[in-house]
Order: sequence, then C-alpha cells, then structure tokens
Amino acid sequence: MPARRTPAQWIERQLPKLVVSPLFAASLFFVYGFIAWTLYISFTRSAVLPSYEFAGIIQYERLWDTPRWYVAIANLFIFSSLFMAGCTVIGILLAILLDQRIRIEGTIRAIYLYPMALSFIVTGTAWKWILNPGLGLEHVIRGWGYESFRFDWLVNPDMAIYTVVIAGVWQSSGYVMALFLAGLRSVDDEILKAAAIDGAGPMRTYSSIILPMVRPVFLSAFIILAHLAIKSFDLVMALTGGGPGYATDMPATFMYSFAFQRSELGEAAASAVMMLVTVIAIIVPYLYSELRRTGR
Amino acid sequence: MSVFNRSAAFVFGVSVLLGSTAAHAGGTVEVLHWWTSGGEAKAVGELKKTFEAQGGKWIDSPIAGGGGDAAMTALRARVMAGDPPTAVQLKGPGIQEWAKEGALNDVDDVAKKENWDAVLPPALAGIMKYDGKYVAAPVNIHRVDWFWANPQVLAKVGASMPTTWEEFNVTADKLKAAGITPLAHGGQPWQDATVFEVVVLGVGGPDFFQKALVELDEKALTSDTMIKSFDQLRKLRGYVDPSFSGRDWNLATAMVMNGEAAFQIMGDWAKGEFLAAGKKPGTDFLCAPAPGNGYILNSDSFTFFKVSGADRLEGQKILASEIMSPAFQETFNLAKGSIPARIDVPMDKFDSCAVKSHDDLAAAIKANALVPSMAHEMAIARTIRGEFLDVVTNFFNSDMSSADAAKALVEGVKRAQR
Repeated sequence: MPARRTPAQWIERQLPKLVVSPLFAASLFFVYGFIAWTLYISFTRSAVLPSYEFAGIIQYERLWDTPRWYVAIANLFIFSSLFMAGCTVIGILLAILLDQRIRIEGTIRAIYLYPMALSFIVTGTAWKWILNPGLGLEHVIRGWGYESFRFDWLVNPDMAIYTVVIAGVWQSSGYVMALFLAGLRSVDDEILKAAAIDGAGPMRTYSSIILPMVRPVFLSAFIILAHLAIKSFDLVMALTGGGPGYATDMPATFMYSFAFQRSELGEAAASAVMMLVTVIAIIVPYLYSELRRTGR
Repeated sequence: MSVFNRSAAFVFGVSVLLGSTAAHAGGTVEVLHWWTSGGEAKAVGELKKTFEAQGGKWIDSPIAGGGGDAAMTALRARVMAGDPPTAVQLKGPGIQEWAKEGALNDVDDVAKKENWDAVLPPALAGIMKYDGKYVAAPVNIHRVDWFWANPQVLAKVGASMPTTWEEFNVTADKLKAAGITPLAHGGQPWQDATVFEVVVLGVGGPDFFQKALVELDEKALTSDTMIKSFDQLRKLRGYVDPSFSGRDWNLATAMVMNGEAAFQIMGDWAKGEFLAAGKKPGTDFLCAPAPGNGYILNSDSFTFFKVSGADRLEGQKILASEIMSPAFQETFNLAKGSIPARIDVPMDKFDSCAVKSHDDLAAAIKANALVPSMAHEMAIARTIRGEFLDVVTNFFNSDMSSADAAKALVEGVKRAQR
C-alpha cells in the first residue's frame, strides 16, 4: 500500500515547492542578484557604461563629498519623520472618530481611503497646481480680497520639502486610518465595558487601554510608511521635480539623476547602496523581533 | 528565399548575432531618437522620407520621455547586448564618451568624399570627430544666446531691444515699476544654466566663455568676471515672477506671447512656439542676439554606432550622406525652426530670425567667437555639466554669494574629475 501511494504523495508534497520555485529563483536573481551587482558597481569607476574593474571606495568618497547628497539625506530625514508622524497621528484620529459608530461610516471611510487609490504622480500633479502661488490656493484666497495672504512654500527653497510632506500625508493617512480602524474593531467589547464600569472616560479608555492593545498595528504602519518614505521618488518628481534648485532632492531622485542624466553609474550605485543600508537598518531589527516572537 | 539563401542567412545571422539580413537596395538603418513632439517628429519624418525614397529600409525607434534620459537608458542596454542601433540622436561630448568605449563606427570616407570639413563650422566639426574621424553628422544649429521680446510690452515703457546687460537692467527696472514681469523664466536646472551661460557670454565675451565654461580654467572660473556674471544672474533673479519654479520653457514663451512678460532668454527653439501660435517675427515678437558679440552653439546630431553586416553598413553611409545633403538640411530645419549645420545652404526660405542667426554664425566663425553651449551638452562632459547645473540652480534659488558660487564651480569640476 505505501509503495502505491508514494508517487501521488510525493507530488502532493512537492507541488507547492515546485510551484513556488520559479518565483523564488526569479526573485533570487532579480532582487538579490541585482543588489549584488549594484554593490559591485559601487566599487568601480563605471561611468556611461558599467565597468568591472575594482576601484575601491572612491565612489563613496566622491558621494560624501557632494553637497547635493547632504541635501538629499537631510530631506529624507525631514520628510520621513514628518510624513510618518503626520500619517500616524491623523490616521489614529480619523480611526477613533470613525469608531464612534456613526452613520454613513462606509461612505466616509471610502472618502478617506480614496487618496490611496491615486498614484503619487496624480497626487503630486494635483498638489502642484493647488500649491502654485500663481494658480492655486494663494491666488484664490487673494481673489477673495485677502491681498496679504502668502502661501508660497512650493517655490520657496527652505519650505518646499514641507509641501512634499503635505501631499504625502494627504495621500497616505487614510490608509493608516484603515489599519487602525481594523485594530480598534478587534478590541473585545468586554474590556471596554469593564473600563466603563471602572469609571474611565473615553480619553482614558483610548490612551491607556485601546491604543496599547493595538500596538502591533503601530509596527505595521511604521514599516509601511518608512518604506514609502525612503523610496519616495514619483511624488517628488511630480510635485517639485526636485526643485526649486535641488532643494527637494531625495536619495532616490539623486540616484536617478546621477545614473541617467550624468553618466555616473558608479556614484549612483554608491548612493543606492547607502539607501539599501538605511532600509536594512530599519527592517532588520523588526525582522529580528518578529522572528524571536514567533520562535517563542 | 531559396534554400541556399536561407542557409547563408543562417550562417550570417549566427556570425553577427542579432543583425538583420534582409537585403535592401538602399541599406537598412535603425534610428533611435526622442523627437516625438510636433515639429520635431515632422522634421525626423523628412529624413525617413528621403531615406526611403532611395529604396532603403528605415526602422524607427522613437523613445519618448525624460528629455532623452529614457532613450539613453535604452541605448545603454542595446550596446551592452551587442545590438546597437545604426544611428542615435546623440550630441556633444556624449559622442566622445561612446567613442571612448569603442562603440562607434566612423563615416570618414563619406565625409572626405563630400568634403564636410569645408561646409561645417570648425568648432562643430571638432565635436563630430573622434580621433580625427567623423563619427557623427550634425542636422542643425540652434543658437542659445537670444533675447525674445514682446514689442507691445516694450512700447509700454518706451524701451527698445537692449544691447548690453546694463541696458537690459534699466529696461527691466522700468518694466518692474510698471507692474510687468520683465523676464519670463522657468525654474528648471537646465533653464537656469541657459540663462547663466548667456550672461557669462555677455559679461566676459567669447574668449572668457571659452576659457571658463569649455576649457574649465580654474583662474577664469574664480575670476572677477565670473563673480560679476553671478552678480548679473542675481539681478535677473529679481526680474522673474514669484511662481517661476519648475515652469516649462514653452509656458515661459507663452508669457511673452500673451504680454504677461517682456523678455525670455532661450535658444531659438522658442521661435517654434511663436511661429506655431501664428505670430510674425518683427511685429508680434522680436528676436535679438544677447550681448557679448558671440554665438553660443547648440547642435543636434546623429551618431553612428558599431553595426555590422553589409546591409547595415551601407545604410549607415547612405544615411550619413543624406543627413549632410543641402536639400535635407533645408527641409529639416524649416520644420524644426533651427538653421542648417552646413553653412552653404541658401537661406531664402527661412524667416528673418533664422537669417540673422546664419549671418551671425558666419561672422562669429570669422571672429573666432563661436562657442559651444555648456547648458546644452555641447561643451563639457555630462558629469561636469551636472555639477555646474547644481551650482547655478542652487545659486539662483538661494542667497548664496557670487564668490561662493564661483568657488563651488571649481570644487564641482574637481569632484567630477576625481
């Protein structure tokens, strides 16, 4: 009997692996293979075409000698911290408001979630028009008679990066809201009743009981927002094109312009590796804590 | 196709890997370019028509997007795969970059036979050659140092076309006082750099331009003349409207057209916008060379890549010869708004701005005042150009001092050459 069942059993056992293996091989090659390739290119003098002659860390020295790179790094920190904080705070507030069992909740939820359905290109272009002082908000409000109104952040090199934050938060906070709403809904009613009997007000209930209970949601929101922030490219391209000047350059736009506009493949690869290192610095502690938890 | 042909084709196909073997009387060319909009697409269509008229096979590979960045990425992939296109829209020091990689074919026998040296401006011929041999053929010449102006707007303040930067500043101050935006400008790095190089030509003259922006002489880059140029650029920053950031150049041209602004500093592709809107040179808009008694040269060219197979090599030579034929240079440039790269093409069908450009070109060649454009990738390697663009655009959009900007130029050159 066992001898007769073996082939079928074998196929049944191996089928999932067989089905997954091409995908696995493809991702091994296209993701990790190209990461390795980029890493190697960052140690060469590649210019218009890749060259494979090892040249040490010259590209990293050149990269960290480029003023524009520091602007890109600073922008990444400003953008990602404000973007993540903004999305989380607004997302939680919206989720708590929606959690009050209001009417037409479905409609409101869809409205808040809708920006997520737009691509960053559309968001960026729309906000470019809204924020343009000659066309958008400033123009309209001045038209209403408030002649001294000024909102020219988009064309002000010191403030332009914050317009990217505004557009990014507008786009993504609805998604964070959905994450938290799901978390809030999963909290057991019994606990809420117990809190009410103990005399906790709504503020206290949320801050001391519910939010600590949805801690895992914070973590997933954090990871999703962090990777959106680091790879932010299309939003910047559509909204400001990296300008005014290069005031809103990000590591991703920096890399694009060095690789494709300047024939500096090596330095671009070095900047890509720096981005990868940043992502690893965020992701690895998370993976580590997750794996430890499941191991326990 | 007979059996013999098929097996021959097979052997041949293996030997050249990806080469096409379908024989055509006039050769086969594959042309990679990013002329996909209006007048440009029409212009390249003219080339296709002429090539096909003599029995050749034309494979069109237009790759739109990113001002050629997308096409360059495609080109890189094609060359690395060993299957380059026959001819690529590629210009300036970019030609030398690819030549150094050994990726180009020369068409010197065609050039010698047709005596290209005698009909091209020497500064341009030098750019088309690698190791003394022609590897590219120019299709046109664009002049960069133009003032475009709206005569009705100038009349409002009783001004005429300025001939020096001092006159320009006086006129601009008057316009500003009258509530008119003096300068229509789009805040994109290449546009900032265009205005910058026009200012450098005006302040320092062609010899200084050549020393600083082409030969990258350190003394010239940090000289008082360079600092003065940055001072003038700082003045121009005060003459643009508040929402100039990121504006496309053709929208800036439209501002001049509609009378919202008086001047634009831009190459003569701006003329195409005026003409397309039905405006007449001289009455609806004015063109005048910017100060400096020089001529900043920008030129599009087709560069010939290392293809193999008799059919493709033949196509390449025919294409080279056709690009340089006076008839094609005339039709192409009438469609594109530039002037022929050959200086011996009759100009009677061209408009007054183009004729002016042609006459000034001849004068500039004689006076040795013809300089290649830095902003438009004619003068220096893309790496250094990129550094210059960073400095200029950062200067234009911040309160950096002129001396610091000049210093940053030198640092940029050093970093790029490291």
